[in-house]
Amino acid sequence: MSVSTAVVTLKIDGKDVGGRADETILDVCKENKIHIPTLCFLEGLSGWGACRLCLVEIKGINKLLPACVTKVTEGMEVTTNSPRLAKYRRTIVQLLFSERNHVCSVCVSNGHCELQDLAVEMEITHIDIPYRYPKLPFDSSNDLFRLDHNRCVLCTRCVRVCEEIEGAHTWDIAGRGVESRVIIDLDQPWADSQSCTGCGKCVRLCPTGALTRKGTGVAEMEKDDDFLPYLTQMRERQS
Amino acid sequence: MTVDELEQIAETEKESCRKCPNHLHVCVAAGCISSQSQQVKEALEAEIKAKGLEGQCHVKGVGCMGLCAAGPLVSLPAKNVMYQGVKPQDAADIIDGVKADKPVKRLDCPTDVPFFTRQKKIVLENCGAIDPERIEEYIAADGYAALHKALTGMTRPEVIEQVSRSGLRGRGGAGFPTGLKWSMVAKANAPTKYVICNADEGDPGAFMDRSVLESDPHRVLEGMAIAAYAIGASYGYIYVRSEYPLAVQRLKVAIRQADKIGLLGNNIFGTPFSFKIDIRLGAGAFVCGEETALIASIAGQRGQPRPRPPFPAESGLWGAPTLINNVETFANIAPILRNGGNWYAGIGTEKSKGTKTFALAGKVNNTGLIEIPMGITLREIIFDIGGGIPDGKKFKAVQTGGPSGGCIPEQFLDMPVDYDSLAKVGSIMGSGGMIIMDETSSMVDVARFFMEFCMSESCGKCVPCRAGTVQMHDLLKKIIARKATQRDVQLLEELCDMVKSTSLCGLGQTAPNPVLSTMRYFRKEYADLLQPDDSTAEPVAAGAKETVP
Repeated sequence: MSVSTAVVTLKIDGKDVGGRADETILDVCKENKIHIPTLCFLEGLSGWGACRLCLVEIKGINKLLPACVTKVTEGMEVTTNSPRLAKYRRTIVQLLFSERNHVCSVCVSNGHCELQDLAVEMEITHIDIPYRYPKLPFDSSNDLFRLDHNRCVLCTRCVRVCEEIEGAHTWDIAGRGVESRVIIDLDQPWADSQSCTGCGKCVRLCPTGALTRKGTGVAEMEKDDDFLPYLTQMRERQS
Repeated sequence: MTVDELEQIAETEKESCRKCPNHLHVCVAAGCISSQSQQVKEALEAEIKAKGLEGQCHVKGVGCMGLCAAGPLVSLPAKNVMYQGVKPQDAADIIDGVKADKPVKRLDCPTDVPFFTRQKKIVLENCGAIDPERIEEYIAADGYAALHKALTGMTRPEVIEQVSRSGLRGRGGAGFPTGLKWSMVAKANAPTKYVICNADEGDPGAFMDRSVLESDPHRVLEGMAIAAYAIGASYGYIYVRSEYPLAVQRLKVAIRQADKIGLLGNNIFGTPFSFKIDIRLGAGAFVCGEETALIASIAGQRGQPRPRPPFPAESGLWGAPTLINNVETFANIAPILRNGGNWYAGIGTEKSKGTKTFALAGKVNNTGLIEIPMGITLREIIFDIGGGIPDGKKFKAVQTGGPSGGCIPEQFLDMPVDYDSLAKVGSIMGSGGMIIMDETSSMVDVARFFMEFCMSESCGKCVPCRAGTVQMHDLLKKIIARKATQRDVQLLEELCDMVKSTSLCGLGQTAPNPVLSTMRYFRKEYADLLQPDDSTAEPVAAGAKETVP
């Protein structure tokens, strides 16, 4: 963090708030207890801006911008919730449900899933968009962990934590568009990975039931929330 | 390299040109090569040798002459004669014709028709006139004079001032003012800056940039060098798709030639300015035409866009301020500096200055490459220059801007072609692809085709584009299969709005445009394919009215 960072004032949902110029809209919202739904964002990892759930309206800018990567500026007027934004967010969550096979009732992460939480928060009781039911593989070659592509939302938290915090870069994305999926090394079974250190950070950060510990049954896979702020601390000590 | 040496090269080239009374130009750009123009060229050369006419007749390969539909094209500029559909076995007749000074009637391609007379060539001024693989010919055609003028006679702000004054807007499609972009990068305070030429032309049916690179590569290098001088960069990249092997090869030749005689490299024209250019090949991803994805790809990362701001002008390639312009934008720079910004601003309309190249494709007689002043109407382009619709069919729509653009119906044919008018009717200028459709085209199928393109080219980073385009494509398929109801159309419209508003980059934000524009102007075609709703929803006919703004 540079020694002198400008301090700015801005309006979020009509409320005057202050922030540092190197903070994002989401940072300032969190400080002020203003809730914005997020999925790919994770404190301590680099911004990704891909799930589009944290899009906000900014006065004078005709495009919606992601709060997780957009820096605050002086005099900015941000609206974090509007009927339009709510409608888009609902559709995005529905698209995620329709894209792969998210069947909560038989999922090990049932009750501990961020996608499920989003659906509850937005009161999504059914999906208007046709389900695609893709046939996706499953990797349980690793002794400790499982990878289930059926539950993956491609938030890339695993890719980022592995590269940025663990420094192994085991994970990456292969394919494009709807065919994209996370891969290990050069698309190998997890057990054959040369680079994976087995640290399990990716499993602890996965928002859904895509990455889980072995030996967990339905609703038994709890994610590790205490671990998250620790990441930020580790990074700051590094720099 | 000094200016005297430059003039010397030009003079020698002109002199050798004067010595030979008859020059036969054979088009060796991709379009004509694919219809065997290379063999035509060889046959002509063999024929000249056989007849012992080496001193009087010379064959040279030149770039695109424009009328690709009639290729392979051969021209005799001295006699103002052009031949179309030339085959290798026509060589004897052509050479006899040159010898007897009698054009071959059966091959004649009239050049006094609107296709040639209505165009105004700035970007394409050398296309079809010079050999793209010889720097001497480019220099003889005033090449690199603008670079010399900028480096030795103008300050950096003066160069930017001329570009701003010209009113040139980005020719990649979005139309951002070029002078403004340059001044932003020039202002950025950083030790290293980069210039990138975006030659990742990927729109279906578009081949303008390809033709420019294949026909006149030095023009792009000169434009980049001038830009580098103006913004203070000393390194440039050309990001060109590997599907254009001929363009890549000619660029390589051009860079090597310019390096060799000191028009690129260190201390150009004896000034402190140094500039090097490297080529980077794209691996066939449409999204890499998006500037942030392109930059990631050059840096060796996965070609995915990132949220902007920060814009590349602030933080681009390896975090350095980066100027990124399209091929055609750079191709306009040298003439602007040679003739002044005011000259360029005198062409075109109030808000869209200069000329624009278009690739005419689809159901039109004169398929090919054209350059027209901004502001002429679509009707002039399609019916005068393009020669109308083949087989007596009726015009239905014209698609501009590729998968990001829209379909424009007949009622707007008299609309002038400029950035704002096209945007007003729900399309965009785009990079210049123009696909003409006749009455036999199904507009729903056209929308489906472009959606399929966007779906398979989506990088998969953001949810709306990744999961939204595939749903929209499925819905369009369902409509075409006559299995959809009014409800599906409603869902399609909702998804269009959502994907447009929430996607991360231009690909997703514009992916719904072909659907939206066909729904706006050809609603009936959608309605005709629908099944009646099983619920109490209103009957199909009620939704079938055509809406015209």
